[in-house]
Amino acid sequence: MGKTLAEKVWDAHVVRKGDGAEPDLLYIDLHLVHEVTSPQAFDGLRLQGRGVRRPDLTIATEDHNVPTEGIDLPIADEVSRTQVDTLRRNCAEFGVRLHPMGDAEQGIVHVIGPQLGLTQPGMTVVCGDSHTSTHGAFGSIAFGIGTSEVEHVLATQTLPLRPFKTMAINVNGTLREGVSAKDIILAVIAKIGTGGGQGYILEYRGEAIRALSMEARMTICNMSIEAGARAGMIAPDETTFEYVRDKPHAPKGAEWDAAVDAWKQLRSDADASFDTEVDIDADALSPYVTWGTNPGQGLPLGERVPDPEQIADETARAAAEKAITYMGLTPGTPLREIGVDTVFLGSCTNGRIEDLRAAAEVLRGRTIAPSLRMLVVPGSMRVRAQAEAEGLHEVFLAAGAEWRQAGCSMCLGMNPDQLAPGERSASTSNRNFEGRQGKGGRTHLVSPTVAAATAVRGKLSAPSDLTADAAEYVEV
Amino acid sequence: MEPFTNYTGIGVPLRGSNVDTDQIIPAVYLKRVTRSGFEDGLFSAWRSDEHFVLNQAPFDKGSVLVAGPDFGTGSSREHAVWALLDYGFRVVISARFGDIFRGNAGKQGLLAALCEQSDVEQLWKLLETEPGTEVTVDLEQKTVRAKDFQARFEIDEYTRWRLLEGLDDIGLTMRSAAEIDAFEAAREPWKPVTTPLPA
Repeated sequence: MGKTLAEKVWDAHVVRKGDGAEPDLLYIDLHLVHEVTSPQAFDGLRLQGRGVRRPDLTIATEDHNVPTEGIDLPIADEVSRTQVDTLRRNCAEFGVRLHPMGDAEQGIVHVIGPQLGLTQPGMTVVCGDSHTSTHGAFGSIAFGIGTSEVEHVLATQTLPLRPFKTMAINVNGTLREGVSAKDIILAVIAKIGTGGGQGYILEYRGEAIRALSMEARMTICNMSIEAGARAGMIAPDETTFEYVRDKPHAPKGAEWDAAVDAWKQLRSDADASFDTEVDIDADALSPYVTWGTNPGQGLPLGERVPDPEQIADETARAAAEKAITYMGLTPGTPLREIGVDTVFLGSCTNGRIEDLRAAAEVLRGRTIAPSLRMLVVPGSMRVRAQAEAEGLHEVFLAAGAEWRQAGCSMCLGMNPDQLAPGERSASTSNRNFEGRQGKGGRTHLVSPTVAAATAVRGKLSAPSDLTADAAEYVEV
Repeated sequence: MEPFTNYTGIGVPLRGSNVDTDQIIPAVYLKRVTRSGFEDGLFSAWRSDEHFVLNQAPFDKGSVLVAGPDFGTGSSREHAVWALLDYGFRVVISARFGDIFRGNAGKQGLLAALCEQSDVEQLWKLLETEPGTEVTVDLEQKTVRAKDFQARFEIDEYTRWRLLEGLDDIGLTMRSAAEIDAFEAAREPWKPVTTPLPA
């Protein structure tokens, strides 16, 4: 019987096969490090008198804690500043390459790996961050780890692990105009639930996935964790090779040819079998938004806030009731009538250049609703520079949005970009948990184009809502 | 990690069940950036009570904790084990442990010894009537002794072996150093490295 993509990549990284209850020992090709989950790992090394085995397979950046304005000033929050300073000291002591605040290559850890060409097909990639699944878009096994495991990888460049099960997510058909990768993944999570992927590596397959750009594929793999999966993968193809080809750390010359030959083998065999399969019809998808407090509580924008009374399953009903209360919504309200206070465009889910281009396209020649603030936060300084070279920042600024420096920003309440209690956002990030964007904050997860249209209309909207009644929303 | 064969230290009776990891160390202590120094957070809510067992000599010098059932349930925080070790505990005896806590303990070299609740209660009585009594835990024999008291304890064989050998996860993996070297030597030459490129 053939092998799945995940099994092929796994098998190629087994240093020692575990017998019986013993886990396999897996080699790690790339270890990404940031300031929040690494301090105790480095301290553990120090206590045991150990070093970093492969600093040349390790790279660090500052992202979770960094402010996105006034980055030339010291970080005001003491805990944040301590974590950033500690990372700097640890990287210097252990010889790890670091891109600190203000550096041209600084950015969100999951944005800089691919843009440097360090993320390539068929690798194993880990980071002390659950959204490491992003790198699976290249056909790598990429997953988040805890602090003890960070220390383990630093010391040995390996991890003891038991194999995951495999789940195929078949996205068949063609996406309609105005429907994006974010809508696919929100629909997948709504379908299989936030625990549906537990214990699995997901492989996204099918015509609609093949048609996506690399950045769109990263958006999908990024949110695999929100379906409970440790990792998500997409088989590499010409789109992947073209994306990697010119990146700084891509193989060159004869090594490039050898690499591509190897990468072409990275696909699930026709006779491979998955432990589970799920089918999604791309033609039937429309822009998705979440109404609740977990990423599985999402619906097409044309729907209404659900009525918990109509939900048969007791647990789901209770969860819906709690979420609707927290979100301050009324069952039956059309989602398009929900007004927001803040729009956040950014994060490791949707903070790449294509995301900024898509949103700028909607905002060009328009202005955001006067009652609302919009933060545009590039995923990396390189994305920021590219956007400025294309003049996108002028579009955002002319529309009335704020143009910020790179970082995790409002995706999580760890830095100054936060929602106030009761404040409502449309956010291109990945988690709408209670308090995730700031204590008491209310989050609706959306795609970049929905974020932009929402900023213009002031209520959850798709770009098509703007063209339908352009005169009302366009200010000349 | 030091090999653990047998250990003798002052026993500390901690009555009460369901001591979860938030009680072992509250979240406010999780913000630090070091791996050591968590002893100040250990049972911090209770330590302000002068009657709390660890505030009384000779229990303040104790290193074998005899706890009620369901010790270490709740949050997965590894800090709970760090706090116990940093304070000086080497052994926790209980009739039932939280799963993740027990796993974390084994990884860090803290012996989580599973005893019958009736044995725990005998030990409590002994430690309370004769404070300062030393408890000896023999991992090879899987026994707990204190004065005339003797009982057996349970521990899974894999964890027992690792503790006897003094192998934390990293130490264990380092036994495969030759295999890791061989794997690295055979890696494709085009796999990327993070070494900065020439400008």
